[in-house]
Amino acid sequence: MVDITPADAVPPAEVAEMELYHPHSWWTKYVFSQDAKVIAIQYSATATAIGFVALSLSWLMRLQLGFPGTFDFITPEAYYQFITMHGMIMVIYLLTALFLGGFGNYLIPLMVGARDMVFPYVNMLSYWIYLLAVLVLVSSFFAPGGPTGAGWTLYPPQAIMTGTPGGQDWGIILMLASLILFIIGFTMGGLNYVVTVLQARTRGMTMMRLPLTVWGIFTATVMALLAFPALFVACVMMLLDRVLGTSFFMPAIVEMGEQLQHNGGSPILFQHLFWFFGHPEVYIVALPAFGIVSDLISTHARKNIFGYRMMVWAIVGIGALSFVVWAHHMYVSGMHPYFGFFFATTTLIIAIPTAIKVYNWVLTLWRGDIHLTIPMLFALAFIVTFVNGGLTGLFLGNVVVDVPLSDTMFVVAHFHMVMGVAPILVILGAIYHWYPKVTGRMLDETLGRFHFWVTFLGAYLIFFPMHYLGLIGIPRRYAELTDMTIMTESAHHLNSFISIMAFIVGFAQMVFLFNLIWSIRHGREAGGNPWRATTLEWQTPQTPPAHGNFGKDLPIVYRWAYDYSVPGAKEDFIPQNVPGNFGLSKEPA
Amino acid sequence: MSETTLTHSGQTAPRPAGLKGIAADWASDQRAFKNVSWGKAMMWIFLLSDTFIFGCFLLSYMTARISTRVPWPNPSEVFALRIGGQEIPLILIAIMTFVLISSSGTMAMAVNFGYRHDRRKTAILMLLTAALGATFVGMQAFEWTKLISEGVRPWGNPWGAAQFGSCFFMITGFHGTHVTIGVIFLIIVAHKVWRGDYDVGRPGFFTSRRGRYENVEIMGLYWHFVDLVWVFIFAFFYLW
Repeated sequence: MVDITPADAVPPAEVAEMELYHPHSWWTKYVFSQDAKVIAIQYSATATAIGFVALSLSWLMRLQLGFPGTFDFITPEAYYQFITMHGMIMVIYLLTALFLGGFGNYLIPLMVGARDMVFPYVNMLSYWIYLLAVLVLVSSFFAPGGPTGAGWTLYPPQAIMTGTPGGQDWGIILMLASLILFIIGFTMGGLNYVVTVLQARTRGMTMMRLPLTVWGIFTATVMALLAFPALFVACVMMLLDRVLGTSFFMPAIVEMGEQLQHNGGSPILFQHLFWFFGHPEVYIVALPAFGIVSDLISTHARKNIFGYRMMVWAIVGIGALSFVVWAHHMYVSGMHPYFGFFFATTTLIIAIPTAIKVYNWVLTLWRGDIHLTIPMLFALAFIVTFVNGGLTGLFLGNVVVDVPLSDTMFVVAHFHMVMGVAPILVILGAIYHWYPKVTGRMLDETLGRFHFWVTFLGAYLIFFPMHYLGLIGIPRRYAELTDMTIMTESAHHLNSFISIMAFIVGFAQMVFLFNLIWSIRHGREAGGNPWRATTLEWQTPQTPPAHGNFGKDLPIVYRWAYDYSVPGAKEDFIPQNVPGNFGLSKEPA
Repeated sequence: MSETTLTHSGQTAPRPAGLKGIAADWASDQRAFKNVSWGKAMMWIFLLSDTFIFGCFLLSYMTARISTRVPWPNPSEVFALRIGGQEIPLILIAIMTFVLISSSGTMAMAVNFGYRHDRRKTAILMLLTAALGATFVGMQAFEWTKLISEGVRPWGNPWGAAQFGSCFFMITGFHGTHVTIGVIFLIIVAHKVWRGDYDVGRPGFFTSRRGRYENVEIMGLYWHFVDLVWVFIFAFFYLW
């Protein structure tokens, strides 16, 4: 060690120690727990469970698409129900809940150096309301008429009409009720995450020393608190249309030769409300992924993140811009052409901060000491996948290109790459990365590598051909792709191929699930800091961290989260809570 | 809750003023909003989120109103009351608005007395606020009853666009729910003040957190917000 000046002055405490709620019984410790870490595990487990339901639904869909006419029980109605529930579960109940409720709850207090979320009781309620929302959603599978088959966007008027499965039964009502509950539950959690990041950081942890994971989750939560209200309002209004017979979204309409009672509503209004939520939602899922992947890359390449400030501003900029692009989902809905012009422009502008992020990840890797651990593999896979999905986003952001491609398999391929596969790769990488902290044991390496390669290559084999199918004009949301002239022989073969790959990739997730459960008891002992990482969650006195996270005294932060391979330091990483001024740290002043 | 007590153990460096000061605060140590407690920060952020909900409701209502092809019922006539043989337009809603705005005044006084630890006056003023809020909800119930008896339904009304009734019941209903929740919590907090919970730092029944007199102010933030929203509903629904 050279060039070390005496320890930095300790900044005065502005926030006093929080009073912790101490559980007295097994119930309050593990079930009705107010500890953010337990809540995080509850959130993650519930989200994973419902995610596997959605995975099975995608199998059923691929059975039908790949081998049309073979499976009698998949009627067109059932197919629409599968597609709707698959989409809604994946976007909201899996991705949003896992990133914010799961990773947010676990990582925010640990990474900012807090003992818990600021309002643990409200945080606990958040999970239980989320669970209720999931149960209401699942109950629609058993309701008369089955779940709704309106498509995950739930566009009226069809969503509440007779021809749509669940439209005049319980399906749509349960769906809307479940969404309303989800939003209420999420708001309770989201307020906690935001206030914890803003107001409850430990000494020395300035905003510009936060790990990018926290920045991503924080910005996404702020966006969610502003975007979910639009969905809430849309759900309330559609529920009134369906239950009370109001006409918010229902125009005068004739159904099976019969004039319906509705009159004068605007279906487009629903689309505006839905996408004012729906587009920020894409980034609510993507920003935590951006943040987490930055930390994974920096840690496993043993190098400081390139352009930390730019990364932060890019996250915030993407978050702000995503509120003014929503109508690019509505180019074919009938809008004034100048609207299309405006929204195409804003959409393409988002590519700039996004590209900054991608360049910075690549520059972080450049001349790094890259360890091809499993989290790193997933992080690298994410960069590639995200670039691919993002580039097709530039296609679809242009009105003239979007119009012919709209409602084709190209769109399906695009959004699965960019907001399906890419964030899931990050989630998987993050689980491999933080599992040792949560359980104290490593996940099995061999199973992990098998899981990675099958998932990564398999996802490409599923979604790459879909771009081609879309370009030749194969429509999405068709229950049977048999008697169409555009369905060439090769398209049929590709479809079957995609289906088989989908089963294989799904199977790999079962292996992953097995690994998760098996390693809790049989995994290799991890120790406190297996990746030799700098952030605070790896510096806890116990692993897994105990109630209160940091033992007697909260850590004091002396540096940013990316002091890897600092010349002159004894180790190739310096944890954030280690004092001392190493002259060659790259922390921005 | 002791987390808002600023325990500066050393001297703080002077902070720059103006925009630079804002940036410096945001990027500074431990807390972005100095002197703002967790509870207050949480209420402000919740209100921001709630603003978006009411904003979406009102924008949807305006969309429905400007795009309808049948006439919109005239609010001056619909919301008139016959008093002493004379139709007085908007009289009930004027009284309701007056009551609700007055309740903001009593709430502000309650906050003031709360910080002086004057338990009796704080509790009385909070209960008065709750009573005014309940009066508001009561008059709203009367208005609903009157309109329903005249044939206004969520799906239609005798005078014109069906969306009139839908928007009216939905928006005033959602606002009325907010007021009702506010009344309930006012009574709860008033009870705690009366009992002296905030003087002895008695832990909450559910949360096991110790309350402070600042809770009165946080309650007040919510109450003023509900009032402010009413001003917008009043302007856009009744005066348009």
